[in-house]
Amino acid sequence: MNLADFLPRLGRWAIGYLFRLGHAAFFLVELLKNIPASLRRFYLVVAQIHAIGNYSVVIIAASGLAVGFVLGLQGYYTLSRYGASESLGLLVALSLVRELGPVVTALLFAGRAGTSLTAEIGLMKAGEQLAAMELMAIDPKQRVLAPRLLGGIIAMPLLAAMFSAVGIFGGYVVGVLMIGIDPGQFWSQMQSGVDVWDDVGNGIIKSFVFGVTCTFVALLEGYEANATPEGVAQATTRTVVISSLAVLLLDFVLTAVMFSTPR
Amino acid sequence: MTSDALITVDRVTFGYDASRTILEDVSLTFARGKITAIMGGSGCGKTTLLRLIGGVYAPKKGTVSFDGEVIDTRNREQLFRLRRRLGMLFQFGALFTDLTVFENVAFPLREHTNLPESMIRDIVLMKLNAVGLRGAAQLRISEVSGGMARRIALARAIALDPELIMYDEPFAGLDPISMGVAANLIRRLNDATGATSLIVSHDVKECFLISDYAYLISSGRIVGHGTPAELTASDDPEVRQFIRGEPDGPVPFHYPAPPIAEGFGIGR
Amino acid sequence: MTRRNIETLVGLFVLIGFVAIGYLALKAANLAAMTVGETYLVTARFDNIGGLKPRAPVKSAGVTVGRVASISLDGKTFQGLVTMELEKRYAFPRDTSASILTAGLLGDQYVGLNPGGEDENLAAGDTIKMTQSAVVLENLIGQMLYNRAAESGGEAKK
Repeated sequence: MNLADFLPRLGRWAIGYLFRLGHAAFFLVELLKNIPASLRRFYLVVAQIHAIGNYSVVIIAASGLAVGFVLGLQGYYTLSRYGASESLGLLVALSLVRELGPVVTALLFAGRAGTSLTAEIGLMKAGEQLAAMELMAIDPKQRVLAPRLLGGIIAMPLLAAMFSAVGIFGGYVVGVLMIGIDPGQFWSQMQSGVDVWDDVGNGIIKSFVFGVTCTFVALLEGYEANATPEGVAQATTRTVVISSLAVLLLDFVLTAVMFSTPR
Repeated sequence: MTSDALITVDRVTFGYDASRTILEDVSLTFARGKITAIMGGSGCGKTTLLRLIGGVYAPKKGTVSFDGEVIDTRNREQLFRLRRRLGMLFQFGALFTDLTVFENVAFPLREHTNLPESMIRDIVLMKLNAVGLRGAAQLRISEVSGGMARRIALARAIALDPELIMYDEPFAGLDPISMGVAANLIRRLNDATGATSLIVSHDVKECFLISDYAYLISSGRIVGHGTPAELTASDDPEVRQFIRGEPDGPVPFHYPAPPIAEGFGIGR
Repeated sequence: MTRRNIETLVGLFVLIGFVAIGYLALKAANLAAMTVGETYLVTARFDNIGGLKPRAPVKSAGVTVGRVASISLDGKTFQGLVTMELEKRYAFPRDTSASILTAGLLGDQYVGLNPGGEDENLAAGDTIKMTQSAVVLENLIGQMLYNRAAESGGEAKK
């Protein structure tokens, strides 16, 4: 590699990156501007909530249950070393509601619903469906993209709540039914330690933000994909990678803002 | 002032990026109520021309006019108004795969008009009947064949009875029967509705059968234009090569390469 | 899938989602435990509030009777001023004392009320006179070291 080339190439890459970032920001604004119109044609949004949410319920519930089991088990092993095993309920609930619920749901969402959205939009682009719509004087951003964005934003917090609820149940099954922790302690410690606004509320805000992020990335990648089979395949991969990284980074930022200031 | 031409392409130069110019200073007119064909080899700029007329791209130089009005691609209100007067048939149909046949044809009606569902139903069935597919109304798009898809797309393109219908390679990849059906439909539609039709194609035989006028484009320039009869009788070497399908001529057979002796390492 | 079916299923999805949120809020969190009744404000001054935080419970005999509303520094006496919301159904005598206690050995701190014997009760806006500050661990250790030093010093003198 030619060293003399290195800096210009780095510069070009950096500027190209900034350009893509700016382009993405404009795209997001365009979509948000079209949301009021989608609200008026709510049937389109409903159909999308169905495609995005309903079809994700099974994977979310199954994963939530599994994570709840693991939290119950691992939590018990760790807590019992300090004689604090009655706090298992609290541990499971806080872990899920504050972090694992929103984050794992978002990651699963990116994998299942995100790739599906990207592929769908990419294939519509490849089949000239979006161009056909434009030539019929119908804005595809309004008719096709904005309803999907709204659908994702609505579905995500609900899915995250389901994940956490099922997870807590999973923790209960392992902790109380299998290991034998006192159920009274399990629930009462949880109830006194988990705050509705600070914990559950913040968790919902997080999943809201993740919903916007994952859906928006999926739509952008699909819209910008190369109209070929390889192009669509690459776009779906990018959706998962970018959504996942964005979710994890945003999680850190949001956690720092929400949970580090002492109550 | 209503002129004879519905569309005027005036000295247009266009390229997708700065390095490649696809169309170089081309001028065409499309007469009202007539079928005009745009022909040429692959990649010569035919489809680009359609996109310029549809207002998807703006020419780098020159203007495109629709019914006397110069198209300004940044004027969304004008684009919206003009696009409602045209219908386009894409090469593979570009049907909406998540809707049924009926819903595809009903789409422009539902989006652009406030007609009651009963009227929409009648109109859709009429359009499907015109293309011979009234019985297929309830099928899903995944269930229709390629030829049927094009006809459904045609029904959708004419749903709002547009003044201008553009066809992008309507004959490509069809069997002889379907080709005959398509050509027949295009001609009959044009005559019955008084619409103006633009056909982009490289199928000389079918195009000449139904077109009133034709332009031949090569390497971004117009190399010939006239009625099918005039073009068939033309002496111009480029026109002759295309019309007759000669393998070698102004468009060379060999991709540019060094002399054959050099390539095989013989001599010198 | 017909329009009706889709809308029904989405409705079901949204319902399950809200049920999950409600479950989390009620069963897992402390929404149900929040005081729904009316409250009255009472203040108390402490030399050191330790690790007491707003929303910490106020308990008497171990039963939660209210919450800490706010904590500030009294500019004149330089004591910590704690404002508490007590549930209206619990009335305390005017000579009740308040101390800052710790739940467990290393747990969160809360305000404990020890009722006195007067006939008159605390009214809204009253101040609790007798208070016991929080136990600050560093002071405790310092005290212990001082005592030990004093002991060994005393022995050395003998």
